[in-house]
Amino acid sequence: MTILHEGAAAVPVDAEELRRARQRRVERVARWVLPVAVLALGVLVWDRVVAWNDIPHYVLPSPGRVMRTLVADWPLLFDALLVTLQITMMALAVAVIGGVGLAILFTQSKWAEMSFYPYAVILQVTPVVSIAPLIFIYVESRTVGLLLCAWIVAFFPILANTTLGLNSADHNLRDMFRIYGATRWQRLRYLQLPSALPYFLGGLRIAGGLSLIGAVVAEYVAGTGGIGSGLAFRILEAGYRLNIPRMFAALLLIAASGVVIFAGLSFLSYMLLRKWHESALKRET
Amino acid sequence: MTPAPLGRRPKLLEMQGVDKTFNGTVVALRRMALTVNAGDFISLLGPSGCGKSTALRLIAGLSHPTAGRIVWEGGQQQGDLAVVFQEPTLMPWATVAENVWLPLRLRGKSYASVEGDVIEALRLVGLERFLRAYPRELSGGMKMRVSIARALVTRPRLILMDEPFAALDEITRHRLNTDLLEMKARIGCTVIFVTHSVFESVFLSDRIVVMAARPGRVIRELTVDEAYPRGEAFRTSPEYAAHCRAASAALHEAMGEAA
Repeated sequence: MTILHEGAAAVPVDAEELRRARQRRVERVARWVLPVAVLALGVLVWDRVVAWNDIPHYVLPSPGRVMRTLVADWPLLFDALLVTLQITMMALAVAVIGGVGLAILFTQSKWAEMSFYPYAVILQVTPVVSIAPLIFIYVESRTVGLLLCAWIVAFFPILANTTLGLNSADHNLRDMFRIYGATRWQRLRYLQLPSALPYFLGGLRIAGGLSLIGAVVAEYVAGTGGIGSGLAFRILEAGYRLNIPRMFAALLLIAASGVVIFAGLSFLSYMLLRKWHESALKRET
Repeated sequence: MTPAPLGRRPKLLEMQGVDKTFNGTVVALRRMALTVNAGDFISLLGPSGCGKSTALRLIAGLSHPTAGRIVWEGGQQQGDLAVVFQEPTLMPWATVAENVWLPLRLRGKSYASVEGDVIEALRLVGLERFLRAYPRELSGGMKMRVSIARALVTRPRLILMDEPFAALDEITRHRLNTDLLEMKARIGCTVIFVTHSVFESVFLSDRIVVMAARPGRVIRELTVDEAYPRGEAFRTSPEYAAHCRAASAALHEAMGEAA
């Protein structure tokens, strides 16, 4: 048998590897350049369509006018943004507490899960727009009403994902905990909660976006009654006054908030999981 | 610590006519009787479905006999046993040190108070330099070593091993076989080892319990009365070959009966 000795004379980096490295570099740049190019192109087309067709700004404002409005109306819009974000964040916080709390209750007690899970589902599948008017009739405080609406939308993904996560702890590890006489609390603390973390974070990312949607929708419903100060209310108000540029500016802020929330939660998820979870690990090919 | 010669060891536990039936129909184990003595290295050898893992789970207390009993000499205490599964079964979110600390942590011991024990257990498996590594950074064999260190850290009287090396490559398996014997000698515990492999059972154990399937039962017990420590030389000795032939014949008998 002959053994071929390669490597000694071999070139350290072959052509295939070089090609792959080049491709990776191009992809890394393209990931940022392409979406920005699409945005620039979109804005340009939008601007030209408005200019060439002489479209009045109360029908379709040019991108430049939207930006000028954003700057000019900044104090008003920023205050509104803060109000909406406050509701969003509070709703998300309550969704986390409620979702995780219920999930823990469900995994500790089969009876509780059997009793309440169907109602959590019903709450989730009923459109919040149809519940919101009732909430604003029965709930005195507007803030609590908004919060309740946003919470109803946001808590379910956290509940569902965390419940799944708590139940998916490795069965051999469960056995080991039993052998070592772990208490219920120890099992929860050292086994089930860490197992559930990636699932919870997945749910949290969805819930972040949903609580913004919930807050905005609730503001709409509350806003039609003439009360409110959040971004959705500003959009409604601007619509009544045919202040289309401000509607666009407010819309821009809501979209940007959604992106920031998603990015922030994705980053949080990455930081918490980067040491050990498959989803956060970089792999060689 | 060299165990007393076979036949002069104190009894550790006894399975007395143990039956295990699942769903009222599947007989996993019938009338199993086994006396485990302190210092034994017992292999449960048999084809799939012969109930060897079931026997292990019963001894571990993870499941209860349908009939018969398992009696511990002097009563079972917490910490008397540890289990090593076929998978390393480590917590991926915890470091090597935290994984090994687990059994002690569950007894309410702070890391600082048992750090020496954790390091000592890792030294026994040769991984004391990997305290802060995460399981994903380790090879399959190293993960299994961590799993064994976790079993050793409480200094149990009995370690139950359920095909722990089945998923490893042959070279790693041989290394771990040798190292396992050395660890056992050092802490002087009793081992019950489930395996499919005739060679592994002969190399490791001083008693081989051959089991047959459908229903799961013990059909023969062999002794491998060869001195420890057993090194690589033992693997090529005529005695080893003779024991392998005997165990192989018993295993064929077990499979023949099952067919």
